[in-house]
Amino acid sequence: TPAERANLAGVRHIVLVLSGKGGVGKSTLSTELALALRQAGKRVGILDVDLCGPSIPRMLRVQDSAVHQCDSGWVPVFVGQDKAIALMSIGFLLERPDDAVVWRGPKKNALIKQFVTDVAWGELDFLIVDTPPGTSDEHISTVEALRPHQLLGAVLVTTPQ
Amino acid sequence: AEAAELRARLRAVRHTVLVLSGKGGVGKSTFSALLAHGLAADETKQVALLDIDICGPSIPKIMGLEGEQVHQSGSGWSPVYVEENLGVMSVGFLLSSPDDAVIWRGPKKNGLIKQFLRDVDWGEVDYLIVDTPPGTSDEHLSIVQYLSATHIDGAVIVTTPQEVSLQDVRKEINFCRKVKLPIIGVVENMSGFVCPKCKNESQIFPPTTGGAEKMCQNLSVSLLGKVPLDPQIGKSCDSGQSFLAEAPESPATLSYRNIIQRIQEYCEQHHLQEEKIM
Repeated sequence: TPAERANLAGVRHIVLVLSGKGGVGKSTLSTELALALRQAGKRVGILDVDLCGPSIPRMLRVQDSAVHQCDSGWVPVFVGQDKAIALMSIGFLLERPDDAVVWRGPKKNALIKQFVTDVAWGELDFLIVDTPPGTSDEHISTVEALRPHQLLGAVLVTTPQ
Repeated sequence: AEAAELRARLRAVRHTVLVLSGKGGVGKSTFSALLAHGLAADETKQVALLDIDICGPSIPKIMGLEGEQVHQSGSGWSPVYVEENLGVMSVGFLLSSPDDAVIWRGPKKNGLIKQFLRDVDWGEVDYLIVDTPPGTSDEHLSIVQYLSATHIDGAVIVTTPQEVSLQDVRKEINFCRKVKLPIIGVVENMSGFVCPKCKNESQIFPPTTGGAEKMCQNLSVSLLGKVPLDPQIGKSCDSGQSFLAEAPESPATLSYRNIIQRIQEYCEQHHLQEEKIM
């Protein structure tokens, strides 16, 4: 839909950070990548689609932030030293941080679709998308929702074993 | 009728232990495999290891069973036996190539898990260990739901000392409470590293918020033990050998064995209490 296109229209490049394996450092890398790109003068956003284990808010010290909606959708939380990195994570929607998000696939898919198209990112050079481990609902839905947009590609993270 | 089928198949299972985390890469599969090996060291016990990590099944490699196929017989799917008293089932055995990605949505994953439980001919089992993927989603809801046909002794929750792990593990603890799954206790993996040369201890994953110990205190769950990092563990997993057998003198082996014993005691005590009630 036009509204869906609008929110990602100002994003020049979308990079997915994937693994398959858990605990290899996807969220850590996503965070560092965003910070490094910001330092290089780029406009950066991070989308954390790990619904069960959202790690990015804590890594950027905004685990207690709340999110608001505006006319175009969700307003991201601005993080980093100069508060110029835009972050959206389901972590922000939880009433209590220890609440488990115990959802089956269809409900996760609905939220991811909303995350991807309903965040008012504005103009970004890079949108980094952090994913959970596996090759399941979150990954299928994220790629499907992002495909019509400027999906640059995926960075895969592993450990040596 | 389906519930009755599951009940019948699982009737011969005495104890069931789920290995959970919430966080990926903390050592669930490693721990599940070693728990299975540890329990099967008693040749009088029949142990079954079920790997329901459909996207990332690690158990075949860790148990040295890569490339094995599952056979069907009149009585159902036959598990792959590592020892006479240790049988394993994993989606990994159903893939034609280990690099095949299983890109399934929730409902299809649930279907396979149900099939595992319904169609695998485990026989008489003293301990059924279930290794799970990270998260709190379809696989976890389904396994708890399907296993309600039998009873689950409890869950062992694995973590590392860092807050980024603990924050996911707290959610897992809440998940267990939500679905009324008893928590046997928490295992803290990768808890310190002792250099084999200088014997100095380093915290590779510093417990910046007090580690599993503090979390367990705060949430009133049992800390079953802490396992230090040992490079041999990863090596053994990669080569499909039992770390406990390859490195019997390692401090990690001692920790694992203590933890396994505590789990055994919990299960046996639980059984005694149930028998008393009956």
